[in-house]
Amino acid sequence: MTIQAAELPRTGKSRSMTLPSARRLLLWTGLAVLLAWVLVPIYFVALGAFGGRLGVFRWPKTIWPADLSLAAMTQFLGIEGVFNALVNSLIAAGLTVVFSILLGAPAGYALARYTFPGQNAYRLLVLLTRAFPLAILALPLTVSFIRFGLYDTPFGVSLIHTVLALPFAALVTQSLFMGIPREYEEAAWVFGCTRFQAFMKVVLPLALPGLAATAIFAFVISWNEVFAASILTVRERTLTAYLLRILSESPLHYRFAGGFILIIPSVLFIFAVRRYLFAVWGIASK
Amino acid sequence: MADIVIDRVVKEFGTFRALQEVSLTVNDGEFVALLGPSGCGKTTLLRIIAGLETQTSGHVVIGGQDVSTLAPRKRGLAMVFQNYAVFPHMTVFENVAFGLRMQKAQQAEVKRKVERAAALLHIESYLDRYPAKLSGGQRQRVAVARALAVEPAVLLMDEPLSNLDALLRLEMRTELKAVLREAGTTTIYVTHDQTEAMGLADRIAVMYGGKIDQIGSPLEIYATPATRFVGGFIGSPPMNFIKVQCSHGTARIGDAALPCPTTGMDMELGLRGEDASLAPNGSGIPFDIRVVEPMGSHLLLTGSIDGQPARIVAPPIAKVSPGERVGLTVDPARVTWIDSTTGRAVVRA
Repeated sequence: MTIQAAELPRTGKSRSMTLPSARRLLLWTGLAVLLAWVLVPIYFVALGAFGGRLGVFRWPKTIWPADLSLAAMTQFLGIEGVFNALVNSLIAAGLTVVFSILLGAPAGYALARYTFPGQNAYRLLVLLTRAFPLAILALPLTVSFIRFGLYDTPFGVSLIHTVLALPFAALVTQSLFMGIPREYEEAAWVFGCTRFQAFMKVVLPLALPGLAATAIFAFVISWNEVFAASILTVRERTLTAYLLRILSESPLHYRFAGGFILIIPSVLFIFAVRRYLFAVWGIASK
Repeated sequence: MADIVIDRVVKEFGTFRALQEVSLTVNDGEFVALLGPSGCGKTTLLRIIAGLETQTSGHVVIGGQDVSTLAPRKRGLAMVFQNYAVFPHMTVFENVAFGLRMQKAQQAEVKRKVERAAALLHIESYLDRYPAKLSGGQRQRVAVARALAVEPAVLLMDEPLSNLDALLRLEMRTELKAVLREAGTTTIYVTHDQTEAMGLADRIAVMYGGKIDQIGSPLEIYATPATRFVGGFIGSPPMNFIKVQCSHGTARIGDAALPCPTTGMDMELGLRGEDASLAPNGSGIPFDIRVVEPMGSHLLLTGSIDGQPARIVAPPIAKVSPGERVGLTVDPARVTWIDSTTGRAVVRA
């Protein structure tokens, strides 16, 4: 991907230069509104987390924090059970990453390299799994999980999270593999590789950055997911599920601290993978 | 070293027949160019030989072994791709060494062979660079070096020069010819550029519509095209085709008469622009000049013979002007007679 990106002409800049000024104004206004929409709430959460206990209740809100303190944050991290939940979250997210890549990447490869009947329908179907509300599945899932002994385990949670992450894993890796010219593989075949060797020696090294991004994305999905994690666990909660329970009975500035800790990894991860997400929807971001 | 026999290979994509019963024999050490317009099936044929496509029916035999069902890696060949397909995550050295490494060659042997191939293509100085840092021409050299390093029995090239600029293409063409002559590898070279095919190949197979229209040395193909398509595709300007009536073994154009191989058929006179000369006294085939283009080495005259468009090449010092009618003399031995209904050349009696 990076190699192609470097070779493409950078047309984006010159195009925006030629936009009429009225349209450019509209564009920037839109951008500003969207940015504010996302950033302002995050900023206020941060303000609540670091602004001290009293800052939370102050009204009207100030743009700059009155007294900056890490007290709420450190106290929050000291709460009993937070560490165990963090470990559970990491296990569930890690397993989700492994399963999503192992199942999603081959699907993406097949979508990218082969034409088969029902290909477009399959692509749509993959996305439609996300349209199925988890709430409907909650009860049957809980019953089955108890029966299979998966209930209240990070492994069980990771299975559900894999289902959620898999559509994105398949579609992101598809665009990733499409970006790697078929000729590289063909050259490898001609020069003595089996199909598998060609994949390992040529495709995989080139796909690695994108696969890493896919992995991070699966991680974020699992990290942020709260509903399935809450209903499928009792004691072995993931961080989000655990926080949901304990924060409802905590002071407000703790809640902000917990919220902030949950937001930050996702924001960073999404920022890291944005290029590959855009590629899925056919928007080039250079 | 090996010869290649392509035996009645057919390729269908759904209902579209890309190749219709193509047969071709390439001798050991020979350089054959597959020449044709885009969509004629030349690349498909090459990919079938390489094993990257599977033929619908027919056989490919390399060095006496039927490889029709073998995977590409078992066919003992190397290939240069149109976009070079030089692996971007490996250094030039590792790219050139790729085939040898897959053969599990000893480190010393790999080094020796890579250096030899690199010297042949003049890329020694950037063996430890990555392809992203190379120009198109340099990448092209790496692709050829990678193919030659494995000392293949058969070398396949798919329009290897088409992505280079004109000057570099000319330079690489000359160099490629020298390098391949030295290597003595059986080569099949796909191109749509007739000058490339004429300049490089021992024999040219002209393909059109999924068939090979003619196979022969560049001179044969140029001088005696087997079909109207070959005559029109090869040569610049392309061959002129003038519809004439043959009766009693002669064809009359204006007040000129040419001996004609058959009678009672609609014939076309295939005439190369440079095979006609201006008659001193205006006798012979009448040619109405419409445009005169001085090309330096010659004059390109565009006009009509008997109301049909034609292009004639005249010496640069010829005194002609647009609107003038001149006479052309033609050597009957150097014209091609085409049967209008089949489009095939009529063999001279």
